Amino acid sequence: MAMSLAFHIIFAVMGIGMPLLMVLAERQWLRTRQPVWLDLAKRWSKGTAILFAVGAVSGTVLSFELGLLWPTFMEYAGPIIGMPFSLEGIAFFTEAIFLGVYLYGWTKLSARAHWWAGVAVAVSGTVSGIFVVFANAWMNSPTGFTLVDGKPVALDPIAAMLNPAALPQALHMTLAAFATTGIAVAGIHAWMLRKDRSSPFHRAALAVALWIAVPASLLQIVSGDLSAKFVAKTQPVKLAALEGHFKTERGATLRIGGIPNERTRETPYAIEIPKALSFLAFADFDAEVKGLEAFPESDWPPVAVVHIAFQIMVGLGSLMALASLWVVVLWIRKRAPADSRPLLGFLALLTPAGFIAVEAGWVVTEVGRQPWIIQGVMRTADAVTPMPGLVVPFLAFTALYIFLGVIVAWLLWAQIIRTRPA
Amino acid sequence: MPEPLLPHVLAFVTMLALNAYVVLGGADFGAGVWDLLARGPRKDVQREAIAHGIGPIWEANHVWIILVVVLLFTCFPAVYAYLSVALHVPLVLMLFGIVLRGSAFTFRAYDSTNSPVQKWWGRIFSIASTVTPVVLGMSVGAIVSGAIVTPPDATFTARFLTPWLSPFAIAVGGLTLAVFAFLAAVYLTVEAETHDLQEDFRRNALGAAVIVGACALATLITGRETVSKLTDTLLTHTLAIPLQIITGVAALSAIAALVTRRYRIARAAAVVPVSAIVWGWALAQFPWMVPGVHSVTSAAAPAVTQRLVAYGLAAGAVLVVPSLWVLFSVFKSDTMSAFERVDTAEYRATDTPPKERS
Ligand code: HDD
Ligand code: HEM
Ligand code: HEM
Repeated sequence: MAMSLAFHIIFAVMGIGMPLLMVLAERQWLRTRQPVWLDLAKRWSKGTAILFAVGAVSGTVLSFELGLLWPTFMEYAGPIIGMPFSLEGIAFFTEAIFLGVYLYGWTKLSARAHWWAGVAVAVSGTVSGIFVVFANAWMNSPTGFTLVDGKPVALDPIAAMLNPAALPQALHMTLAAFATTGIAVAGIHAWMLRKDRSSPFHRAALAVALWIAVPASLLQIVSGDLSAKFVAKTQPVKLAALEGHFKTERGATLRIGGIPNERTRETPYAIEIPKALSFLAFADFDAEVKGLEAFPESDWPPVAVVHIAFQIMVGLGSLMALASLWVVVLWIRKRAPADSRPLLGFLALLTPAGFIAVEAGWVVTEVGRQPWIIQGVMRTADAVTPMPGLVVPFLAFTALYIFLGVIVAWLLWAQIIRTRPA
Repeated sequence: MPEPLLPHVLAFVTMLALNAYVVLGGADFGAGVWDLLARGPRKDVQREAIAHGIGPIWEANHVWIILVVVLLFTCFPAVYAYLSVALHVPLVLMLFGIVLRGSAFTFRAYDSTNSPVQKWWGRIFSIASTVTPVVLGMSVGAIVSGAIVTPPDATFTARFLTPWLSPFAIAVGGLTLAVFAFLAAVYLTVEAETHDLQEDFRRNALGAAVIVGACALATLITGRETVSKLTDTLLTHTLAIPLQIITGVAALSAIAALVTRRYRIARAAAVVPVSAIVWGWALAQFPWMVPGVHSVTSAAAPAVTQRLVAYGLAAGAVLVVPSLWVLFSVFKSDTMSAFERVDTAEYRATDTPPKERS
């Protein structure tokens, strides 16, 4: 399941970001009628088609796997969080329908109608992502039911869907999708531009990608801070693990880097900034931040994994924001980012950054919640299927996904990025 | 609304979605079967017609199965959980098929190098399209025969393998494949460009119809031994006789229309007996969703959830139905052929009049 999700999320992120790029490029084409924009819109729509197909089939695997691996969880949670999944299904429907119309309808529809079909794809893709994250957020802050003898009663699916974690998480995830896609696309074209600075195609592509990447990467920092404040309030164990923070203190120290050691209960090799953690978590330099020691060890997640994943996400996020600031400075000075060779190099290096940050972010959320599958309600170990020999499908799916990932990367490269029209 | 009504409505809608998956998504699988079996001088043309026929629509058609799964786990979570455990092995196999079918089809479409690699995508697409329906059918066979109900202390084989490997389940698997192939061939006769191509698909459709008949017979024979209740209900239920008459008449009209080359009528008529099989299954099993274990009412989620899902479905229908109508009217109307469509799209892509570059 974690494997399928880690694979699916890559496609989901691109499935949210790529349609927006494609729609923006087509809008430029409709306005300026410069062929380079049409070329760009077509290439991006081909990329979207490949990514969507693999996203759709891997998503189907997930909708079955929820039951195949976690039947008890689903029996319990289905009625409570089925709502966002049902709405997500409707969003998928709209997305798949209009993607068909868009991809195959270039000559069958008026230019305007065709563009609107693209807009429908972009909107429904984003909305479907938001609904899934609502469901995931419920696992972090379960609301909308009362427990009686271990059974959920007095269900309120609407309250469950709009659980307190839903908004910060959905915001953070959606921004992550735009930032990741934007930076990745910008990075690829930046790399091509280093060889051929004057290519109108790559200049156009870089420009559109940065329109998305820059605002999203900058806002991501703010939204990440919001998420952290929220976690501090509702999942103090997770926060302590994120930060490698073992001892409860006032004016708590922020640790950057370091390797938490659960036995010695210390996080050595970190850069320490006094009082900064209290400020970041509670907007008050002297606030008390609970350490892991305040909780029974049986409720600890794997601290080192969570802390290191968090450092990776924040580190990459900071680099992405730095690159974005750089672009903003160039914009203010009325210089084209495509003319700055060092920036192109930096962006090219950052191409995979968003994806790594997304994977790391999910490790933070999911592993940080362990040993709970539903925070404070159901333990992961109680939810698993009685099916023996799960390692077989796990290995088979893993091999399949690696294979598909390689093929998709190759296709995107060979068929879309590398080829140039004569 | 009296309480027990809503679960029945939702179960009905779930079956409706499954029905849509069978007649729409099923035909996309069936098309893959004909891709595998393409023979003779026109085999490449046949394959192209298949690719153009399902290209724009298969993803939308595929969402029906997602809808079925989502409705099942939201409205009938106990059934979803039960089936997920009991049918773990065939469902995993089916998922493999779904993943390979969809990705290989897309890879083939976008791999324009015409290399031997592209042939391999075609091969994977068609094999996955053929295996997946069989496994789907075997799972249904396991459910309807009640074989999935096993004591939890049964051996691994008895619990996870035998139920869907019974002769009856295998017969249902074969029936599913034959039905999907039949539907695809009938639809393709309408979409085929040339007379020759139409004749090819007509022959395929008639051949598939014979195999459907044989498989149906096989399910009745194997089914009589293992699940007498199924055949009993189908023979005695008040709705059974009208259902069978409709099925018979529609099936015969579809064949007659094929024989007389009235393809549009054949397409309309072919959908009816296929849907009747789906509803026959529902009727045979009613009110049980897992025979003897979970019924429509006993497995239903709490009433709030049901009510909200019903509202959600209504709102969703307002959005999805017109969108589907747009999709099918854009691509399944006959004003322009699939080939012209794609050719002009390419044309437009490369030869758009360049206004002055700046
Ligand atoms: C481009 C990707 C990306 C970037 C640059 C960042 N994040 Fe992030 N983060 C995610 C992508 C992500 C994510 C993959 O989207 C997660 C996983 C679950 C979620 O909702 O978002 C996430 C989760 C997540 C969580 C856990 C939320 C929870 O468990 O409920 C926190 C506390 C942060 N992030 C904080 C930050 C901070 C302070 C960042 C500062 C730079 C940051 N993130 C950058
Ligand atoms: C890319 C996204 C995701 C990744 C990489 C991911 C990864 C993980 C990981 C590593 C675990 C912990 C495994 C363990 O320590 O035992 C986990 C747990 C879990 N996650 Fe996710 N997750 C993601 C998103 C989601 C979403 C969106 C959902 C549901 C809507 C979800 C549902 C679950 C469930 C039910 C568990 C508990 C079972 C388990 O431990 O694997 N996850 N996930
Ligand atoms: C980790 C968070 C997730 C996000 C952000 C996300 C987002 C998306 C997006 C944007 C798509 C559109 C397809 C594409 O463009 O590639 C998609 C497809 C899909 N997702 Fe996810 N997803 C997540 C996890 C899940 C989970 C846990 C499930 C299982 C219940 C799931 C089920 C599906 C399905 C069935 C599809 C295919 C829909 C179709 O055919 O159109 N996703 N997802």
